[in-house]
Amino acid sequence: MKTPHRWTAILAGAALAAVPAWALAAAKSRAPATYAVTLKDMKFGPTPVSMHVGDTIAWANDDIFVHSATAKDGSFDVELKPKARLWTTFHAPGTYVFTCRYHPGMTGTLVVRP
Amino acid sequence: MFMKAIGVAAVLTLTASAAYAQAPNDAQIAHIAYTAGVIDVTAGKQALAKSHDKAVRDFAQEMVRDHTAVNDQALALVKKLGVTPQDNPTSQALNKDAAAKLASYAKLSGAAFDKAYVTNEVAYHKTVNGALSKTLIPNAKNAELKSLLQTGLKLFTEHQTHAEHLAAGLK
Repeated sequence: MKTPHRWTAILAGAALAAVPAWALAAAKSRAPATYAVTLKDMKFGPTPVSMHVGDTIAWANDDIFVHSATAKDGSFDVELKPKARLWTTFHAPGTYVFTCRYHPGMTGTLVVRP
Repeated sequence: MFMKAIGVAAVLTLTASAAYAQAPNDAQIAHIAYTAGVIDVTAGKQALAKSHDKAVRDFAQEMVRDHTAVNDQALALVKKLGVTPQDNPTSQALNKDAAAKLASYAKLSGAAFDKAYVTNEVAYHKTVNGALSKTLIPNAKNAELKSLLQTGLKLFTEHQTHAEHLAAGLK
């Protein structure tokens, strides 16, 4: 598996190459936002209805078990010990399907717009 | 082997039903839940010692990690509540059956062990989940104990699904 840092750089590069200038200007004019996604009772909580490149997900594990937030495409993999709080910033638009690699029944989707 | 696993599940269900003819108290419920967790941790450790299949080993690690977490929480709770878990016929039956299975599976290796372990995990989680939802949770009086059992049921239901998927993939 590639490291999140390496993927972050690749995704950022891809985003710059693919996104029109007007969209980048619009993104620059908008302050990045942070959205909480809570893991509790063996489920990922609701994900934001709308998020954009540069925004951050704050993962919060409120279960007593170790979980992870792991993108199926390998773009991020965050291990969350009980009560852990960790963050993932998205540098490229796309639809990210993620799961907990310890509990395959836990899944979620994030849609990141330009 | 499959019939043996089904037989074990049936024994557990009957034993549990008999013991629950009188509703278990919180001290007994805590003991049963803790015992069920220890049994699955022990089975998981046996699988980690014997299996070479990555998917089976990943599952076994999940069992050891999650059931240990629940039991640590249970121990902290009974300490906080000042409750001494009380041994009972259901816990004894669970332990006796688990010991027999460990001895039986110790004689197996390779794919035969993997199949026996995973098949039993499906049956075991099904049985424990049935006991949790029908007997242990409804009879728990203490709200924190009930909440922990409910958390356990959500976890074990996910384990059961995982075990079923794993069993379907084993030849």
